[in-house]
Amino acid sequence: MTGAVDEAARQGTGDGGVADAVPPTAGHARAGGLGRWVSERLRRGGRTLVIGIPFLWLMLFFLLPFAIVAKISFAEYQLGIPPYTPLVEWVDDTYLQITLAIGNYQFLLEDPLYIEAYLGSLKMAAVSTLLTLLIGYPMAYGIARAQPSTRNVLLLLVILPFWTSFLIRVYAWIGILKSNGLLNNFLMWLGVINEPLPLLYNEFSVYLGITYSYLPFMILPLYANLEKLDRTLLEAAADLGCRPWKTFLTVTLPLSMPGIVAGSLLVFIPAVGEFVIPDLLGGPETLMIGRVLWSEFFNNRDWPVASAVAIAMLVFLVVPIMIFQHYQAKGEKR
Amino acid sequence: MTTLAAATRTHTKPIIEIQDVVKKFGDFTAVNGVTLTIHQGELFSLLGGSGCGKSTLLRMIAGFEEPTSGRILIDGQDVVGLPPYERPVNMMFQSYALFPHMTVEQNIAFGLKQDGLPKAEIKARVEEMLRMVELSRFAKRKPHQLSGGQRQRVALARSLAKRPKVLLLDEPLSALDKKLRERTQLELVDIQDKLGVTFIMVTHDQEEAMTMSTRVAVMDAGEIVQVDHPHAMYEYPNSRFVAEFFGSVNMFEGTLVEDEPDYVVIESPEIPSRIYVGHGISGRQGSVVWVAVRPEKVMLSKSQPTQPDNLAKGRVSDIVYLGGISTYMVTLTTGKVVRVTVPNVTRQAEAEITWEDEVWIYWRPESAVVVQQ
Repeated sequence: MTGAVDEAARQGTGDGGVADAVPPTAGHARAGGLGRWVSERLRRGGRTLVIGIPFLWLMLFFLLPFAIVAKISFAEYQLGIPPYTPLVEWVDDTYLQITLAIGNYQFLLEDPLYIEAYLGSLKMAAVSTLLTLLIGYPMAYGIARAQPSTRNVLLLLVILPFWTSFLIRVYAWIGILKSNGLLNNFLMWLGVINEPLPLLYNEFSVYLGITYSYLPFMILPLYANLEKLDRTLLEAAADLGCRPWKTFLTVTLPLSMPGIVAGSLLVFIPAVGEFVIPDLLGGPETLMIGRVLWSEFFNNRDWPVASAVAIAMLVFLVVPIMIFQHYQAKGEKR
Repeated sequence: MTTLAAATRTHTKPIIEIQDVVKKFGDFTAVNGVTLTIHQGELFSLLGGSGCGKSTLLRMIAGFEEPTSGRILIDGQDVVGLPPYERPVNMMFQSYALFPHMTVEQNIAFGLKQDGLPKAEIKARVEEMLRMVELSRFAKRKPHQLSGGQRQRVALARSLAKRPKVLLLDEPLSALDKKLRERTQLELVDIQDKLGVTFIMVTHDQEEAMTMSTRVAVMDAGEIVQVDHPHAMYEYPNSRFVAEFFGSVNMFEGTLVEDEPDYVVIESPEIPSRIYVGHGISGRQGSVVWVAVRPEKVMLSKSQPTQPDNLAKGRVSDIVYLGGISTYMVTLTTGKVVRVTVPNVTRQAEAEITWEDEVWIYWRPESAVVVQQ
């Protein structure tokens, strides 16, 4: 008994330092039980606190706004403030009336604009993810293989763009890509081209912008993964007669899959909803859901439809991620 | 402990020839002018402390490092400049380096697939290897689902699957606990004997080298100090370094006073009596030499022995009881501490010599060996 109490008291001290107040009285079963109970409570309380703060944060600033958006998506448009009908209403002060309008969602399916915008966003995000992967993998590999001293410098260079405002960096691309911009002038000065290339306000410039902006998000998780890769595995493969290129395909690439997946999700998900880059660099034909959302909210002032667009996009993204996570969890268990 | 079959086997054909190999990393010379010939079917050990260059030498044979100068021949072919994947040797890594994303089966088949063997043959060879290391039941498991000993066997099976001319083993047993290590030592010798593959093993454990090897090379500071059969290495070390590294030893520093063809006499300030050694050396009178006496060759007695030389009076300052044997630390009147190991013929409580007893130590003239460097 005494041993158990001491153990509990020690644990309590480690966690809160308050358990000392309850002396572990040897031979006194009740006091001992109480001491253990208190320290156990504290221990659990500490754990709850540590997990609870981020949960509370997410509830307040993520789940709650999300619930509000979800609520608005089931309302109907009306003139006034707020510009949507209430969901729950007192009728004649006697009973509550709940009005769920699913017309907004129906509308999304009926108007091809939305479907096209969704598909456009998915395509844009998928191609950009692939591009960042193709560019980011060799970079991450190179950084992971560099001397430890140069490695930190290279990592710093990857993060360096974050020190400038995102907007300014996107605007800078306008300066580079426009008809009389840096790149066109340079190419014409070289004599490679006679008239400016249409580099801006088309799909190309959007791909360029997204790939450029999201590249660090691909490189960093890939680097974290590749840096951990045990080099003796590569030596073992070579020793067993495997050529370097094949070693990359059979050993390095499969082992870096978690990094590839993490990086791809980090790029793909925000790229789907990207608004600033297509708005600033894209042309009129670049149809992306972020822009549709914006014009629904700020031009048409139709909050319910805009909310429905947002919710539908979330569902679009959450479902594949959950399926993926389910399989990954299963794979790790195996 | 060396198995008789392995020791008496005749090694004729050289399989690995290392000629004047030097390896420098910047200013540091890891391997300094090593010349070594290893014959077909040997179980050869490279023994030395950490940083002595033994692993670098092994990695140069495998092709992970290129020598700064010198030649390495495998089965008569100069392999310097050849990448690892084109060399007819395989390596078993200290960390095992099993591919974590592949099953046991896939790990063993990996090397065979690189050779483009037909599927049926790969399958048969993998099964044969699994049987050899008694892991057939674990074929579908991933490495992280295996114990340390099982992983070690998978690594062995994988490195032997391609039937290499030479198997290189980098500290193959260092990750196993003592009991398992001893059992695995004998199994490795057994497998080596059965397959007839040449094994070159790097180890820092002299007992392991002694148990397993047909020949041992002791390395120090990038150079080979002595190459010999384990028993010869133990009984006739050619230097203080080897005597002290290969087993434990009592070392007396002294001056050569008589140098005859069949005996030498040495006087040492560390021991009152003269030291009489029953073999001649090619030294000159007055030069400083060292006399090495193994602890088990020193005898203990409570009464004065009759011999005139190789004896001293002392006091038992410590006893280390090891079950089968006990080690007595005897402090001589000169202050020198001598280790003596004695088999425990009787139970320890009934032993006649105990702490603080006055005792005589002595040894026979043919028990000691003189080293000059």
